Amino acid sequence: MTEEKTHHPEPSYLVDTGKYKGLMAWLTSTDHKRIGLMYMYAIMVFFSVGVILGVLMRMELYWPGQQIYGPQAYNGIFTIHGIIMIFTVVIPGLAAVFGNFSLPLMIGAKDVAFPRLNLFSFYLYVLGAAIALASQFMGNGPPDTGWTFYAPYSIQTQTNVVAAVFGAFVLGFSSILTGLNFIVTMHRMRAPGMTFFKMPLFPWSLYATAWIQVLATPIVGITLLMIIAERWLRIGFFDPSLGGDPILYQHLFWIYSHPAVYIMILPAMGVITEIIPTFALRRIFGYKAIAISSLAIASVGYFVWAHHMYTSGMSTTARWVFSLLTFLVAVPSAIKVFNWVTTMYKGSISVKPPFLFALGFIFLFMIGGMTGLSLGALATNIHVHDTAYVVAHFHYIVFGGVGFAFFAAIYYWYPKMYGRMYNIKMANWSFVFLFTGFNLLYFPQFIIGMMGMPRRYFDYLPQFTFGHQLSFWGGILLVIGFVIMLITLFSKKGAKAPDNPWGGRTFEWNIPSPPPVENFDIMPELGVNEGPYDYK
Amino acid sequence: MEHRDDIGAKLGMWLFIFTEILLFGGLFLVYAIMRSSYPDEFHQAAHHLNAFIGTINTVVLLLSSATVAMSITAIQKGNKKLAVILLFITLLCAAAFMVNKYFEWGHKIHIGLYPGSDLMVTLSHGQVMFFSLYYFMTGLHMFHLVVGGIILTIVMIKVKKGTINADRYVLLENGGLYWHLVDLIWIFLFPLLYLIT
Repeated sequence: MTEEKTHHPEPSYLVDTGKYKGLMAWLTSTDHKRIGLMYMYAIMVFFSVGVILGVLMRMELYWPGQQIYGPQAYNGIFTIHGIIMIFTVVIPGLAAVFGNFSLPLMIGAKDVAFPRLNLFSFYLYVLGAAIALASQFMGNGPPDTGWTFYAPYSIQTQTNVVAAVFGAFVLGFSSILTGLNFIVTMHRMRAPGMTFFKMPLFPWSLYATAWIQVLATPIVGITLLMIIAERWLRIGFFDPSLGGDPILYQHLFWIYSHPAVYIMILPAMGVITEIIPTFALRRIFGYKAIAISSLAIASVGYFVWAHHMYTSGMSTTARWVFSLLTFLVAVPSAIKVFNWVTTMYKGSISVKPPFLFALGFIFLFMIGGMTGLSLGALATNIHVHDTAYVVAHFHYIVFGGVGFAFFAAIYYWYPKMYGRMYNIKMANWSFVFLFTGFNLLYFPQFIIGMMGMPRRYFDYLPQFTFGHQLSFWGGILLVIGFVIMLITLFSKKGAKAPDNPWGGRTFEWNIPSPPPVENFDIMPELGVNEGPYDYK
Repeated sequence: MEHRDDIGAKLGMWLFIFTEILLFGGLFLVYAIMRSSYPDEFHQAAHHLNAFIGTINTVVLLLSSATVAMSITAIQKGNKKLAVILLFITLLCAAAFMVNKYFEWGHKIHIGLYPGSDLMVTLSHGQVMFFSLYYFMTGLHMFHLVVGGIILTIVMIKVKKGTINADRYVLLENGGLYWHLVDLIWIFLFPLLYLIT
């Protein structure tokens, strides 16, 4: 081993070896690791834009009444915030960044199954994001429908809905191709000896995610096309003034957009499942239960969409069936949480930044999940429907869950990505700010939501002022934490990272940091009695 | 050594076809809902479609599917010339389909049956839905037909150049799979729109 290390036979993937140099070498690269990093840079840029829009909203809500801009601008800002955060940040999110970077490394493959298709999906992503962003500046002003594009308003508003919807359509296409690529990769390119039930659990979660991407995204694709057709040709699918049915739109929209929540959260759960055994130095508890629970979430999660529509008008039977199914999804999610906690029990825990963020994830995800149950129950839902309570709930899942898992994943794989360490102390501080900021920002929203603060309102009654102000200061702390994180990661080069800084057991830790272009000099294998998490 | 995985490539294509079926599935779902809501209007509106042209187009598409399948067998047996001819016939069929559709749509637009027209406004909502779905579904299908035609043109050139040959023809197989999808969707569109009257 030592002799091999002294003469790296292969240059790292960060060194340009092809016919192009610099930026062009990246933009034309079909290397899964480079594509993963390009997604990461793009997503961080979009995330920053979304954060700035979020802060703008909190500033406007600091006092009741108008502060810095008017209600129409507010409608535009929460719509753009939603479109950017949902379609360009959290839906591609972990799967596009760490799925691309880590999946082939973890299953012992040289690349994904279709490297050129992979680059093509990246460009589709960029194109879709560009169209969605452009929609904010072209035409008759930014769309003001909310990211859900609910009919009939999305048919009737004069703002630039068509471009935003088309951007979302293109982004969906990109998502489908990534999912397809991952499924084939996992079916065809696992290392010898790695059966499906010896595959690490992050790939397992990506597998479940990829199936949702493939099965659910086309439905929203066609729905978005129908919105465009209806706006251009006044058809009357959805708009009641044309004879259409707005509830039909809601069904078609949520058939995709609820499973999309699992497209976001499943890879996040996968990342946590990798981090916890590594830092507890224990084999994951309940391997099969975690693997199968991913598939269970994906399949049951496909059939819960109408819990977004309890107040829209549905038969009582439909409502309790969807409520029951919603409760069922909580079971596999809870299975995962119990297994994570049990893995830590009697482990040799070393609290490094990735582990801290993983703990943060479990805490926030539990709050988000439990409040999801109160929203899934029919009676309580009627009370808090369309209030700030819902806003708090889905931010706890989407930001507290997916966002924190994303940060955890960056801190976990950063040494592998760049071959450098970061300042651990700074990273811990970023956690302190992000975690306290997050809770201060969103927890008050639960309370004022229960008190009756509606979501998406520009103005509010004076009794909600204190809650909104707490949220504002939480938001400021959160931004500080994010900035500290960016400085920690990208300001200056840290010390050289060893191949395996955390003592991980999956394949990616056996190769140099950063990995060579072809990933493995000697293709890895798993023996009959070996598993993915064999800690001593 | 060059990495090559034909089974993987076909698996990918099948998954893609799956997503295409689901894309149309959304429209079939809307069709089913509308048909059950407005059975009489759908019944009346369907009389306006020309079942004769529809039948010709069905035959043309079925023939094109057969020739594409035969071209795969031809290339497996190393008969490059025959494979090119069969692919060319497939493309001719695609063109014939488009010409038929042009006349069919052209006639409807001529008499004022298109979404947003003055005539459409006077029709009942069920009939408007029928014609809108007719244009939407056959239009989206036609878009897929054009894409399939482009794919098969590229495939035909590659067969001619010899980059697709008896040893490696997975691209032809995948092109053929896509073409069968285009055929399959039409097989469902045809009875739902033209025959149930």
